[in-house]
Amino acid sequence: MGKFSQLVRDMAKRIVLLVAVMLLVVACAQPAPSPTPAQPSTLTVMTHDSFAASEGVIAAFESQYGVKVQFLKAGDVGSALNKAILAKGNPLGDVFYGVDNTFLSRALREEIFEPYDSLLLKEIPADFLLDPQKRALPVDYGDVCLNYDRAYFAERGLQPPRNLDDLVAPEYKGLLVVQNPALSSPGLAFLLTTIGVYGEDGYLDYWKKLVENDVKVVNDWETAYYTEFSVHGGTRPIVVSYSSSPPAEVIFAETPVDEPPTGVITEGRSCFRQIEFVGVLKGTKNRNLAEKWIDFMLDRTFQEDIPLQMFVFPVNPMAKLPEEFVRFVVMPTETAQVSPEAIDQNREAWIQAWTETVLR
Amino acid sequence: MRTASLASSWKKGSALAWVLPVLFLALFYFYPLGSILFFAFERLVEEGGESLRALNLAYLWRVLRFTVYQAFLSTLLTVLLGMPAAYLFARYEFRGKTLLRALSTIPFVLPTLVVAAAFNALYGPRGWANLVAVNLLGFEEPPFTLTNSLIAILVAHVFYNLTIVIRLVGDYWSRLDPRLSQAGRSLGATPWQAFWKITFPLLLPAILSASLLVFIFDFTSFGVILILGGPRYATLEVEIYYQMSGLLNIPVAVTLSLLQLGCTWVLTIAYNRLSEKVTRPLPLAAQRRVVSRLLKPHQKVFAFLVVAFLVVFQVMPLVALVGRSLTYAGWERGERGFGVPTLSLAAYQEIFINRRASLFYIPPIQAIAISLGYALATLLFSLLIGFPTAWFLARQQGSGKLERLRRWLEPTVLLPLGTSSVTLGLGFILAFSQPPFDLRASPLLIPIAHTLVAFPFVVRSLLPALRSIRPRYHQAAAVLGASPSQIVRRIDLPIVGRAALVAGVFAFGISMGEFGATALLTRPEFPTLPVAIYRFLGQPGEMNYGQAMALSVFLMATTGLGMILIERFRSGEVGEF
Repeated sequence: MGKFSQLVRDMAKRIVLLVAVMLLVVACAQPAPSPTPAQPSTLTVMTHDSFAASEGVIAAFESQYGVKVQFLKAGDVGSALNKAILAKGNPLGDVFYGVDNTFLSRALREEIFEPYDSLLLKEIPADFLLDPQKRALPVDYGDVCLNYDRAYFAERGLQPPRNLDDLVAPEYKGLLVVQNPALSSPGLAFLLTTIGVYGEDGYLDYWKKLVENDVKVVNDWETAYYTEFSVHGGTRPIVVSYSSSPPAEVIFAETPVDEPPTGVITEGRSCFRQIEFVGVLKGTKNRNLAEKWIDFMLDRTFQEDIPLQMFVFPVNPMAKLPEEFVRFVVMPTETAQVSPEAIDQNREAWIQAWTETVLR
Repeated sequence: MRTASLASSWKKGSALAWVLPVLFLALFYFYPLGSILFFAFERLVEEGGESLRALNLAYLWRVLRFTVYQAFLSTLLTVLLGMPAAYLFARYEFRGKTLLRALSTIPFVLPTLVVAAAFNALYGPRGWANLVAVNLLGFEEPPFTLTNSLIAILVAHVFYNLTIVIRLVGDYWSRLDPRLSQAGRSLGATPWQAFWKITFPLLLPAILSASLLVFIFDFTSFGVILILGGPRYATLEVEIYYQMSGLLNIPVAVTLSLLQLGCTWVLTIAYNRLSEKVTRPLPLAAQRRVVSRLLKPHQKVFAFLVVAFLVVFQVMPLVALVGRSLTYAGWERGERGFGVPTLSLAAYQEIFINRRASLFYIPPIQAIAISLGYALATLLFSLLIGFPTAWFLARQQGSGKLERLRRWLEPTVLLPLGTSSVTLGLGFILAFSQPPFDLRASPLLIPIAHTLVAFPFVVRSLLPALRSIRPRYHQAAAVLGASPSQIVRRIDLPIVGRAALVAGVFAFGISMGEFGATALLTRPEFPTLPVAIYRFLGQPGEMNYGQAMALSVFLMATTGLGMILIERFRSGEVGEF
């Protein structure tokens, strides 16, 4: 046996050692597992990508209850919800925030939540409470509405469309860009708007007219808003976005502007309301803290933090809206209505029918 | 005697080298994949197969056909367009070579939304190309459009993967002794004949290796199809995402993932068969003999054409992106024409600031640091695991059992690349959220996931080089009295060294740009650059877009610099033979 084999054996030994060390590190690098239920030190909140909150607001909760709040994010709402469903019964967190009315029925059917009758619910308008058993409690809502480029219409002396009916008129041919309801949440909301307005029997006919009027479909909000929408470098002056997009345009303008470059179409039930819910995850060992957190989310401090962090609206009417929201948001008087149960039952069929009608 | 003991020690070494990759794959690939499979199966049994019944087979067939079709076309184009550049980089020395090579690698690491933004900045409705066409060339309407089409998909796939061909084939080519084809020429072959009869067959292992990787990438393509292809095109991966995320139908999503995986597996096995037929130990040549300056006019013309292609195709979109991040068009103030934008540094002024004091938005400089940390960890992990793996796979094993393991391991190594990242991501969550491996909040989860993607690349980059080492070199050196460690240092390392650098560059780049798995596994308070970019892009407002562009520029710059630094080692001890 030469030195070479020695070398090789040394190498092999080292490698095996390394694997052992790696596995050890992997196994031990964890924060101390399972805090004792008596004095929990961490509250885990499962949520989706779009969740955001001010550092100060979360810190206030942490110091009030002597707890560390850890957030687990997992992609979009669907992915995050999958994560919760996978771990049913032995939850990865104590609370789940972010399931919306399009996924609500499914989440309830999967039984991932425990009911919690928060005292703060009585401050919140009953319309928002879609689950009478109080497993999912409303936190915020946003309206998916058509946005338009004000300069585009002003330049041409053209009236912006007022409702869905207008969109199929010849003067608005080739002006609208929407998202694919199969892959985008505002896209689905807009499909539901048309179902709410024209009914299950009429929405496909409406979409046929939209196609004749040269509607453009892209897969995601980012492409629709930043590539196709004329305010940001595209050519189409009407886009499906949110009623809160105009104040965002003012707050995140590159040079200060007095008014937003975009307007919102709010008449004729042309918006769809997305409500987001929070719930205690079934099987949590921190039930007490989880309740405290939910109360916190429904209370004024957090509710007032919502608009500028997530660009949606607080459900608690006691919460004061920031100035930009008061000035630049127009609330739809009436939104399109489709019940969570109907969405849950028909989502796939509706999307498939839409795909056949619009994309083929 | 010496050679005999040498041979047996190689075998012994190999016998132990398989432990690491097998352990790694078992723990971090098969265990999570098995977990999600088991979950899906349980579901199916519970509901009596209800969700599978909804599968529309005719539709699925269409999706599968398109997936294969676009991947085949993309791969063919990528290889055809990449070969001239691979040749140029392999055979000629010219000013700006390192920079150009680094620049043409950057697309590979960019998240899709960033590539879409770059294309938009160049070919978009009011992109630079259209600005020039309308303002200078007198077009009435902007002539370029590049969304919602098969062309956009192909262009983006070539843009992404060209570097795989350039690097893998180029590296191999640079070690090919030019005297072989010169001999052919002197025997009367035309240059074309010399290429087809001599060079091409010798290059084939590297070309196949690169094609396979490119094909798998295109086959499992998600972001490019989604954003650039538009709603009329769907690959399996897009369908998996829709089933998983839109319909929460985990059983169907997992079934489709298995189908995708099966295709990858079959393809890889076919590749291995083919590859064994065409691979042979190569005569080696010193770099200085291989690489020459551009002297003759036709060489200069060729070099000019290739460089021009790379600049226009690979570099221009990047430049347009930088331009977009540095200018202000006044759109939010109502400017809607094709005017020339003005310079603005606004997007860069907040690099050290988290303006909104928001929990998950961090100063960009921190995101850079986090990304670099993960990328270095990935580089280390994937080389540590990739080296012994490639070494084990490089040669037939003496014992029957080991040889069977080798034949199984070789295609298996590539499987993570062909696995749906949505599915594997959920598998990770399921497997590593509970004992015995509770990694829920571990910062290691990300580099481990990145290693899973990078490690097949490392192995693929190393294999052709390792296989090209003639056993005779070892024997000769041993006979001449070289010690085993000297043999490794003086023969193996120099030959493999350059391939290892290629591997390192890819591992680093993959980690810097990875988004899919990262988004599922990341701890939100430690976002990587791509995660931070997506957060900005997800909100309306010119500053959000501007900051996303600025961050993309940082991502490009950091990755480019990192690659150039890694390549610096080339000039050191390892690089030369």
